[in-house]
Amino acid sequence: MKLIRYQAPELSTWPTLDRWSNLRDELNSLFDVPFLSNFARQDLFSGWSPALDLYQNDDNLVAMVELPGMRKENIEISLHDGTLSISGERKSSSSNGDRAERTERSVGSFRRSITLPTRVDANKVSATYRDGILTVTLPKAEEAKAKHIDVAG
Amino acid sequence: MNTTVRETDRRQTEQFVAPASSVIEDGDGYLLQVEMPGVNKESLEISTEGNELAITGRRSLPTIEGSLLHHESRRENFRRTFELEPSIDVNKINARIDQGLLTVTLPKAEQVKPRRITVS
Repeated sequence: MKLIRYQAPELSTWPTLDRWSNLRDELNSLFDVPFLSNFARQDLFSGWSPALDLYQNDDNLVAMVELPGMRKENIEISLHDGTLSISGERKSSSSNGDRAERTERSVGSFRRSITLPTRVDANKVSATYRDGILTVTLPKAEEAKAKHIDVAG
Repeated sequence: MNTTVRETDRRQTEQFVAPASSVIEDGDGYLLQVEMPGVNKESLEISTEGNELAITGRRSLPTIEGSLLHHESRRENFRRTFELEPSIDVNKINARIDQGLLTVTLPKAEQVKPRRITVS
């Protein structure tokens, strides 16, 4: 599987990160330099890593991520330089002094990045979150689609 | 662990995988959380028999056309059983599922809750 590899975000790429959501201003403050080291650390040592599948068909790349029990507001999706990143945080439900009897569920931050095998149209990416599964549809860029060429004459 | 909701069966059959779960104690009982991505209210079965709580969730995953380039998820349905502590009132068990996370509340029976007795 040479085309897809797990990729830790490189610090140098973050300041120019281009998110396709409309929260560009918020992003700029969020990914300010002091944050960078935190993100890199979490990426390496994060306790949970949701399962991710990537599909390809003629028109789209489709990523499917298992994220049970999230709020959709807490899921961040970004696309930069051919790498799709999905990150977020979920809170522990045992607050106010409850004690966890036994836990297998991971809480806290997660980040998954995947290098896309083809160019995609960043402006047409869409995502849905249903039954705890995030589906991100990334339409392929025109130049990346297979073309049928008729022989003239 | 000899109290609370002890897990009794984690054998994985061909069709099922045991979902990750957490048990949290609160004052009046326990909260059981079970991760079942792809499961919704309609495809979830919860039953008790004696002091055993059985949870089965069948996954309805989005169908995506095309070839799979990278695969980490599992396709199996979920099943797991838990042994309930005798103090749990099985008639008052409540469950709800939201975005693939099942939350089961397991209240203790009234007679085992701590009670203040007024001296007359």
